Amino acid sequence: MKNKMEINHFSFTYKGAKAPSLNNITLPVQTHKVTSIIGPSGCGKSTLLRSMNRIHDLYPGNTYEGEILLLDKDGNQQNILDIKKENEFIHLRQKVGMVFQKPTPFPMSIFDNIAYGLKLTGLKNKHKLYDYVEKSLRDVALWEEVKNRLYDDARGLSGGQQQRLCIARVIALKPEVILFDEPTSALDPLSTLAIEEMIFELKQNYTITIVTHNMQQASRISDYTAFMYLGDLIEFDHTETIFIRPKEKQTEDYITGKFG
Amino acid sequence: MEKLFKLFAQLSASFVFVILVATVIVLYITAKPAIEEFGAHFIIEPRWGVEVTQNKPTDRTPAGATANSGTTKSAVSDHTSTTDNSTADTNSSDNTIDDSMDTPMDDSMDNEFGSDENIPMDDDTDTGQANLPDTAGKNTKILYGGAIPIIGTLFSTLIAMLFAIPVSMGIAVFLSEIANQHVARPIGVAIELLAAIPSIIYGMWALFYFGPFLASIFGGHSVSLLIAGLVLGIMVIPFMAALSRDAINTTPDVLKESAYAMGATKFEVIKDIIFPYARAGIIGSIIVSLGRAMGETMAVAFVIGGVFKFAHKLTDPTTSIPVVLANNFAESSGISMNALFYLSLILFVVSFITIFSAKYFFLRRH
Amino acid sequence: MRLLVNKIAIALSSLTAILGLIFLGWILITLILKGSTALSPYIFTHDLVNNGIRNLLWGQFVLAGLASAIGIPVGLLAGIYLQEYGNHTRYADFIRDLSDVMMSAPSIVIGTFIYAIIVIPVGHTNGWAGIAALFVMMLPIVVRTTDDMLSLVPTELREAGIAIGAPKYHVIFHIILKAAKVGIMTGLILAFARIVGETAPLLYTSGSTIYMETSLSQTFPSMTVSIYNLATMPDEKLVALAWAAALILTIAVLALNLIGRFLIKDRRL
Repeated sequence: MKNKMEINHFSFTYKGAKAPSLNNITLPVQTHKVTSIIGPSGCGKSTLLRSMNRIHDLYPGNTYEGEILLLDKDGNQQNILDIKKENEFIHLRQKVGMVFQKPTPFPMSIFDNIAYGLKLTGLKNKHKLYDYVEKSLRDVALWEEVKNRLYDDARGLSGGQQQRLCIARVIALKPEVILFDEPTSALDPLSTLAIEEMIFELKQNYTITIVTHNMQQASRISDYTAFMYLGDLIEFDHTETIFIRPKEKQTEDYITGKFG
Repeated sequence: MEKLFKLFAQLSASFVFVILVATVIVLYITAKPAIEEFGAHFIIEPRWGVEVTQNKPTDRTPAGATANSGTTKSAVSDHTSTTDNSTADTNSSDNTIDDSMDTPMDDSMDNEFGSDENIPMDDDTDTGQANLPDTAGKNTKILYGGAIPIIGTLFSTLIAMLFAIPVSMGIAVFLSEIANQHVARPIGVAIELLAAIPSIIYGMWALFYFGPFLASIFGGHSVSLLIAGLVLGIMVIPFMAALSRDAINTTPDVLKESAYAMGATKFEVIKDIIFPYARAGIIGSIIVSLGRAMGETMAVAFVIGGVFKFAHKLTDPTTSIPVVLANNFAESSGISMNALFYLSLILFVVSFITIFSAKYFFLRRH
Repeated sequence: MRLLVNKIAIALSSLTAILGLIFLGWILITLILKGSTALSPYIFTHDLVNNGIRNLLWGQFVLAGLASAIGIPVGLLAGIYLQEYGNHTRYADFIRDLSDVMMSAPSIVIGTFIYAIIVIPVGHTNGWAGIAALFVMMLPIVVRTTDDMLSLVPTELREAGIAIGAPKYHVIFHIILKAAKVGIMTGLILAFARIVGETAPLLYTSGSTIYMETSLSQTFPSMTVSIYNLATMPDEKLVALAWAAALILTIAVLALNLIGRFLIKDRRL
């Protein structure tokens, strides 16, 4: 079985920067597995994640090299770095969803937060919308908490609830890959636990990549782990291997807390 | 759709630029005859609408200037004791209730007659005539000079600033450091609301109350440079105070607390910590207020007098650029109109430079 | 000694604050006292020609309203461009600076500009010229407000919108503008309040007339310009009318400002 995404010899340079922020990264993302990317701050892990749905393109002037391949349903691989047209970008982002560090509820009701993305895909049927919203909220274990106030402003939810709402918003679109950018760093331990459990459930249906600075979290939830340092991918392997028998000295130092 | 929207947005943004450039160009083009005619000398030329013989204008200039100053001096001595509202009254003929566009006679010149009525020897009589373009003979030309309104603008702004800066700083410090929250908040809101009051209200109040009040204290006219300056000052106080307070409030509490912890008094904290810290913001607020005072029309139009004379004393009436524009525009045509546009251009450029420098040096947004 | 200096300084500061408030209170009190004498239902139902202010209210409202109707969309779009499309480009910074400068441009100069481009070709003062002048006054205020308020919207919200596959203009309209709605509304109200009280740019663009006028290509009634004219009339009754008009104008402007503040206070989060 082919990998869901393959990052091959990928380099990335921010606009105006002299040196690239990512050097020659090669990283496979396996289907229906959780791949986590760890490393000290500034190592480029978020930059890499944000390249995977090309959200960087919001800010013009950045340059890419190499390729990032995305497997579609027919088994063809498409290099997402070739995308230039607006509607292709939109299509890509619907297939590769993203959850951010801080909860980002849109300034509308809980219901509309989830329905918004669905409406964008052309879904107008009220009943279907409602069904999808309910299902997504159930998937993130939020339904029971909010079913009586679906039409309240989403900004009234707690931080953990907001983050789960944002995840529900993404999975409502039935993406193939979900990118998590430090999704729990702004949350309390209990909410963190809830989200970790959810990610564990989600991997049955989705391919997940998560950036985290929390090594315990990576070891708890991921199947594969990549360690990055200063824009280079130092090591990539099964999570157990990385945490128990890392091949590289730098990885071992980071994991044992000698730096970072 | 996306592209279209972006294009519209960009066009709208560029519109700001277009308007500004258009303003400069249009003002320049309409002022051009006057600029060519008078050149940079316009700025220091004190005579407005005075007919001079063209073949030897250089001889006349000093003579005219001295004569002019002579008359104003005598005018002052005539006027000091009798408070006359005549100037204010003659102003009204200037602004007849219906559209005064088509009134052919120069009302603004009546104005000069009004205040100069009891002057025995005045060379202003021909001023009134001279402004009508068709009476200008072949070997004479009509001189327009901007010195009086320019000086008037500068001085009224200066007086306004001298008055407004200490008061505004007092209010700003009072609001942010001295008063407790329960007092500071309502007063702060009141100050901000007062900044929103249309300037014409300030002008009216000054015409009917503040002017006569000051005249009864300092003597002189109920319209004068001093009153105009003070009204301008009062008008910008709320504005300046609110901006300065905001600047002062940016001082971190930790900084103040560590100064207090070293035994500094409140005054010393304000003087040594807060003012230096908020200096850029405060200076910026002063300059922005200055720009506002300089370009203000309505608060001043009622009380400055609107006469083309240098004010030799603070209590003399004079005029300023915005007031000249407000009073004389509708009645002007030909070269006098061009001269007004010249004045407008000068005002625009000066305020542009003022604001731009304030922004550049002190109010940089991040 | 230091304590004495301190006391004196504090006393002086408080004194200036009181002095400033006295002046400002004085203005308001005279305004209310003088303004209320001529205030009666009569003036709202008659035009200036019959010693009422009906046509003036109408004129001022139409001028400011139409100026806003043009100025708000253009200003919003420009603000959106500055913050959402051109942000951090030199061009956007340049426009931003220009717009700030334009905001402080003397209003009378804007009047002369409009006079030169509209009134001179047309040959007489007219309503469109007044609208144009107020539009030029208002545009930079709206641009600045929109720009500022949009800059408060967190970047993550934009990225989140894009990340679920919404087109950018969709994100701007449905998410970002909604998030900044209260702030922008407040700014627009304040901008409207600002131009409603303007006199100088209208003096010789719209002019003012004592009659009711519905055609914008004619000289249009303006409350502020009429206040200016009436206040210097020798007739006591007309002066009283000017005070009444001034009072109404001030109340309207202050009410708009209060509504704006109330909105801000009421905002959630």
